[in-house]
Amino acid sequence: MASYRDVLQQVKAEIDEVDVTRAREILSAADGDRPLLVDVRELDEWTEGRIPGAIHIPRGFLESRIEQAAPDRARPILLYCAGGARSAFAAKSLAELGYENVTSLAGGYTDWKRSGLPTELPRTLDAAKRQRYSRHLLIPEVGEEGQLKLLASRILLIGAGGLGSPASLYLAAAGVGRLGIVDDDVVDASNLQRQIAHSTERLGESKAESAKRTIEALNPDVDVVTYKERLTSENIDRILADGWDVIVDGADNFPTRYLLNDAAVWHGIPIVHGSIYRFEGQVTVFKPHEGPCYRCLFPQPPPPELAPSCAEGGVLGVLPGIVGSLQASEALKLALGAGESLAGRLLLFDALATEFNEVTLRRDPDCPVCGEHPTITEYIDYVEFCSGRPTHA
Amino acid sequence: MKTVRIPPTLRTETDGKREVHAAGGTVRELLDDLVSRFPGLRTQLVNDDEIAPFVNVYVEGEDVRTLDGLETEVQDGSTVILLPAMAGGGA
Repeated sequence: MASYRDVLQQVKAEIDEVDVTRAREILSAADGDRPLLVDVRELDEWTEGRIPGAIHIPRGFLESRIEQAAPDRARPILLYCAGGARSAFAAKSLAELGYENVTSLAGGYTDWKRSGLPTELPRTLDAAKRQRYSRHLLIPEVGEEGQLKLLASRILLIGAGGLGSPASLYLAAAGVGRLGIVDDDVVDASNLQRQIAHSTERLGESKAESAKRTIEALNPDVDVVTYKERLTSENIDRILADGWDVIVDGADNFPTRYLLNDAAVWHGIPIVHGSIYRFEGQVTVFKPHEGPCYRCLFPQPPPPELAPSCAEGGVLGVLPGIVGSLQASEALKLALGAGESLAGRLLLFDALATEFNEVTLRRDPDCPVCGEHPTITEYIDYVEFCSGRPTHA
Repeated sequence: MKTVRIPPTLRTETDGKREVHAAGGTVRELLDDLVSRFPGLRTQLVNDDEIAPFVNVYVEGEDVRTLDGLETEVQDGSTVILLPAMAGGGA
């Protein structure tokens, strides 16, 4: 019967190996030529240090997860473990899966480190976070890297009302590191039919503070910053300067939406837009200078008499739950850099017909804010602009 | 016949109907037909013989302003979506 040593020798004879000097050369190649570097060691080894740029797939999961990480079987892959044995077996296994260009690092991480080559300590989740976010960690598009991104991301919510309630709760549950909440309103009994971040015992309390308390009870990992003020031309630069990766727009009026749009274009922050009325909702993403902005979609607000608010026309309580959750989903994707966002597409939801429709949005080259020759380059009087009276803006 | 989707903010003008049928080969003809039957829609859709700037009209998912505007052709069986801006956030 063959011993482990015999089998290892046999496997090593069948696969390609490189030493650390050669590995370093091929890893310093240009982006397109660089192999995918896969660390096949166990989690406790990985957390103590890795070769920069490596992804982590423990040996035991290699066959089941490699296709997600390397769908193209022609792509070169360089595997390493601690000493070069596990990666040798791993290389053989990947060859059997049809991978055409797999190499194992002889001597492994130990030789790499001993040669004085650079290593890095991966940022990792502690045991409590690993448990809390375990369902995210199982998703290839999120995983530990993605969860760390979410924990480092900062998302600003305009409004802690119908849309802001579900959006903020799901973003908090997902582990977004910092959530900003802008809302100058207080909780009213008529809000509770849909605004699930608040509760009966919080009637009369600041919505921003109430949402903060709910979020902190849900997930203490989240740092909540409240702005108990109405968004205006005077305070918006200060609020945006606090540093936000994504804005979730759940405002309830046109002046705020146009103000926010202009500021976000100038600050270069993407907006996840949602609006609702009765049984219908609209969701899209405005990515400054990459896709259309709100003014490309609606150059002018309707006259007030043609645009009743939810306070005037009503809204089905669950509708903001659906639309706000879609906004949270888009915001998380933007924070993760995963998937296809709704930029350039307006999603229309009709709860009565239970129907989703989509229309195409395009950048307007003549857009006064994000177009080729912008005519609006500083804040205007947004209340006047939305009053239905002629303006010169 | 073409189907025109009426947004909730305009349904008071269409007896509450979510969808109405309209006749015509272009957006202009369809809107003329609609306005003749539901006169209240005129101020909400048309402004100086143009589509009002606060409403978008989509034919098969494309904004007619990026096509031929009011002269955009509409094929039989097409769905036309009228979409005014909505500001509500459920506050």
